[in-house]
Amino acid sequence: METTDLLQATILFAGDSGDGMQLTGFQFSNTTAFQGNDLNTFPDFPAEIRAPAGTVSGVSGFKIHFGSVEIHTPGGHADTLVAMNAAALKKYLDEVKPRGLVVVNRGGFDAKNLHLAGYSDGAQPLEEAKARGFEVIEVDMSRMVREALIDSGLGTREAERSKNMFALGLVYWLYQRDLGPSERFLEQRFYNKPEVLQANLKVLKSGYHYGETAEIFNHRYHIGPAALPAGRYRNITGNEGLALGLIAAAEKAGLRLFYAGYPITPASDILHELSKHKERGVMSFQAEDEIAAVTAAIGAAFGGGLAVTATSGPGMALKTEGIGLAIMLELPLVIVNVQRGGPSTGLPTKTEQSDLFQAVHGRNGEAPLVVMAAQSPRDCFEAAYQACTVALEHMVPVILLSDGYIGNGAEPWKFPSAEALPPIVPPLFREGTPYRPYERDENHVRRWAWPGQEGAQHRIGGLEKQDGSGNVSYEAENHQHMVKTRAAKVERVAQFVPEAHIELGAEHPDVLVIGWGSTHGAIRTAVQNLVVAGASVAQVHLRLIHPFPRGLEKLLLRAKAVLVPELNLGQLHPLLQATYPKVDFRPLHKIKGQPFLASEIEEVIAELLATLETV
Amino acid sequence: MNPLTAPDFTSDQDVRWCPGCGDYSILKQVQTILPELGRSPSETVFVSGIGCSSRFPYYLNTYGLHGIHGRATSIASGLKMLRPELSVWVITGDGDGLSIGGNQLIHLLRRNLDLQILLFNNEIYGLTKGQFSPTSELGKHTKSSPWGSIDHPFNPLALALGADATFVARGLDRDPVHLRGVLKAAAAHRGSSLVEIYQNCNVFNDGAFEPYSDKKLRDLSRLMLESGQPLRYGAEGEWGIVLDGLQPKVVSMADYSLNDLWIHQPEDRTKAWILSRFFDEPIGENALPRPFGMLYAEDRPRYEELLHGQLNAARDARPKQTLDELLAGHNTWTLEG
Ligand SMILES: Cc1ncc(C[n+]2csc(CCOP(=O)(O)OP(=O)(O)O)c2C)c(N)n1
Ligand code: SF4
Ligand SMILES: [Mg+2]
Repeated sequence: METTDLLQATILFAGDSGDGMQLTGFQFSNTTAFQGNDLNTFPDFPAEIRAPAGTVSGVSGFKIHFGSVEIHTPGGHADTLVAMNAAALKKYLDEVKPRGLVVVNRGGFDAKNLHLAGYSDGAQPLEEAKARGFEVIEVDMSRMVREALIDSGLGTREAERSKNMFALGLVYWLYQRDLGPSERFLEQRFYNKPEVLQANLKVLKSGYHYGETAEIFNHRYHIGPAALPAGRYRNITGNEGLALGLIAAAEKAGLRLFYAGYPITPASDILHELSKHKERGVMSFQAEDEIAAVTAAIGAAFGGGLAVTATSGPGMALKTEGIGLAIMLELPLVIVNVQRGGPSTGLPTKTEQSDLFQAVHGRNGEAPLVVMAAQSPRDCFEAAYQACTVALEHMVPVILLSDGYIGNGAEPWKFPSAEALPPIVPPLFREGTPYRPYERDENHVRRWAWPGQEGAQHRIGGLEKQDGSGNVSYEAENHQHMVKTRAAKVERVAQFVPEAHIELGAEHPDVLVIGWGSTHGAIRTAVQNLVVAGASVAQVHLRLIHPFPRGLEKLLLRAKAVLVPELNLGQLHPLLQATYPKVDFRPLHKIKGQPFLASEIEEVIAELLATLETV
Repeated sequence: MNPLTAPDFTSDQDVRWCPGCGDYSILKQVQTILPELGRSPSETVFVSGIGCSSRFPYYLNTYGLHGIHGRATSIASGLKMLRPELSVWVITGDGDGLSIGGNQLIHLLRRNLDLQILLFNNEIYGLTKGQFSPTSELGKHTKSSPWGSIDHPFNPLALALGADATFVARGLDRDPVHLRGVLKAAAAHRGSSLVEIYQNCNVFNDGAFEPYSDKKLRDLSRLMLESGQPLRYGAEGEWGIVLDGLQPKVVSMADYSLNDLWIHQPEDRTKAWILSRFFDEPIGENALPRPFGMLYAEDRPRYEELLHGQLNAARDARPKQTLDELLAGHNTWTLEG
């Protein structure tokens, strides 16, 4: 048996929704993280809740990309596909690398499964896959599991349910993973069901031993630990990290976290996560709609809470009027948009970056606010913490953009210590001092007084008001002054957020690639590959999109051309072009509900470099 | 400390309603009762939506938030959840609360947060200059309904009861003494109190409530509810209401004795239902009079109590992790660089 050393690999676990593929993938990533690899994962759920078993629309997939090198994306085409049934093979075979490994559960390819997967009579998908050059390994997992559990006391159906553990054990063997972490997980999960626990442990080991003894594979793979920065790590999804960032910000600021939301994919997990932390005093309110959610949050902000609401595209549309009110009230508010494919209901379970215009401009009147973006699952904590900091310290609504790809994806995260988190100091009113609601400091920030505080009673609202006193005013000069002041206040935020910087590559590159949000990983991988190959390329990735961060213009002007990849038809691009007209920007769009592959960006950069050379 | 008086609750802003508008009286009654409630201006908050009526908070020296159209209810909900100790009032109109804000209103009522909702019903859109509203009567001629409105009107109190409101009452701008009593009862109620206040818009819908305010008409068209008392009305109390099964009937006291009459029990949900359906045009044979006062009051747990109850129970049941423990979660590993 040969062992092949690899720098990185991508595995796709796929099966019917009932086959437990999410759990399998999750276990594999946990174990892999423990072994010191860097990794990135992405679940691909069926859009229907209970799609018919065995059909392609019922397939659930989990992709994991891991390596001894830095990993920033869930990977492109898979090295190994584990397909528990015919439908899974049908859905994902085209996402496997040429000559890639395909491990199938033979029991999922009987006539009934082939039919359900939509193969025509007499089709032989496994033979076809072999003919196309894939290395297909057929394992009758269902039978093997039945045999392993013959004396377990479990019924046939119940026994069959653990076949995902067989697949997991087998892939553990293939990629030389420890069984320990998953054994411990099973012990915790089934501590009160000893029979089920024993069955799962046994099946997991049988899968592993089968790899060892059956001699069906020509290779095993070895992927050593990555040179990640020293420290303590955990796995985190984007939505979880975001929720923790909100909690941490509230605690650091000494405020109560008030979260209001209405369920919507892919933002609901933030609501779920925050609902778990009642013992910390976190208030989560499931409102009757997004209008109620944003306005309840405004009420809580008026009352002195750290007010947050999260949603996705259609919910953002409903929150628009409320956000305008928060801008006028100059109250701190964080609005999270976990973007999905649009317009309208669009592609709820797919990812897209098409709500940037909406975030920057989508309100009536001159209504500027701060727009920030998270770039990866492990970045969500910090992004949320910063969004809260800006909202609270500048008395301004902040829209934080995430997306389905970041929200559901997971990565190892080197979590910070509470002590290392920067303090958050909102401009609080102190009882006993005079209070005028719209009196401002040198950064145009007003002070925050809330009901219950003696001597600061005030009335605020959506009508234009006199600067300083806050009394309703329709006066012409005052309105212009207030419009400009609200804009200047938002612009001033850039002074308090880190400068733009070259994250990777040359300081004076031929091609600079600038992005925002979840394209970070694909851009980084593309730029990294080209930098290693000696190309003059660099990457800048934006946290702050409105206003743009300090120092950006200088970086942009140093490049011959600036590529702007986005999962939309070009939204950051025109904003940049309007702000920095002297820069040669080149847009790159993709709008298929899928993230960029690093290779797609790499090719375009390479072409662009070539044209620049020939000029 | 000197006892509080109305001026303590009055702001320095000029009141800007049309001269003669019913809103003035309501403002006056509210300013009059506030000092009697035992809450200081700084513990009191008025939240409003949009409409003539929603200008209300500017005229009080309390905390105030003039929100957006229809959402005073949800703004106030968020505030009350966060700060249950505050005395919170919602000011809304028939358009604000029943048209654009209908959803937020019914959800607030079912949740039963402890706050007062004053619904200024003038059966018209005042601020936008006179279109029919969801409480305008069928056939109403307005700028937007020159042929007469074809919209069936809401019955606001029946709607509130349908949303399981725990306190439902009706008052009238032109009966200040009675209105003050209703407002105080609403403030005393623990839960969401919905007070519909008939309010005259003398510019766009003048006289809409004349049958209930006009000295010559009102005795025969309004029924003043009092807890534990028989339902009786008329200048001399010559009319009464009896219940024939579930059917209310107007009877002459010449034919019936007090013992025969329906006794008002605001805690009786079924009777409140029937009372809320006293919604006839007040003129005409056998027309039921329009009830004023408290139709229904029920003690039901308040959302903010349940919420804080859960928060406290969770705090007591589970040892709170430090922030560091929270960030670490249950599964960590350490890498040596
Ligand atoms: C979203 C939105 N739509 C429409 C309006 C215009 N508008 C302001 S007040 C109002 C109706 C107010 O009627 P009502 O609530 O009965 O209050 P009133 O003026 O009669 O006191 C309307 C339609 C608005 N301000 N906001
Ligand atoms: S328009 Fe009607 S409701 Fe509005 S202020 Fe004038 S009288 Fe009052
Ligand atoms: Mg009205």
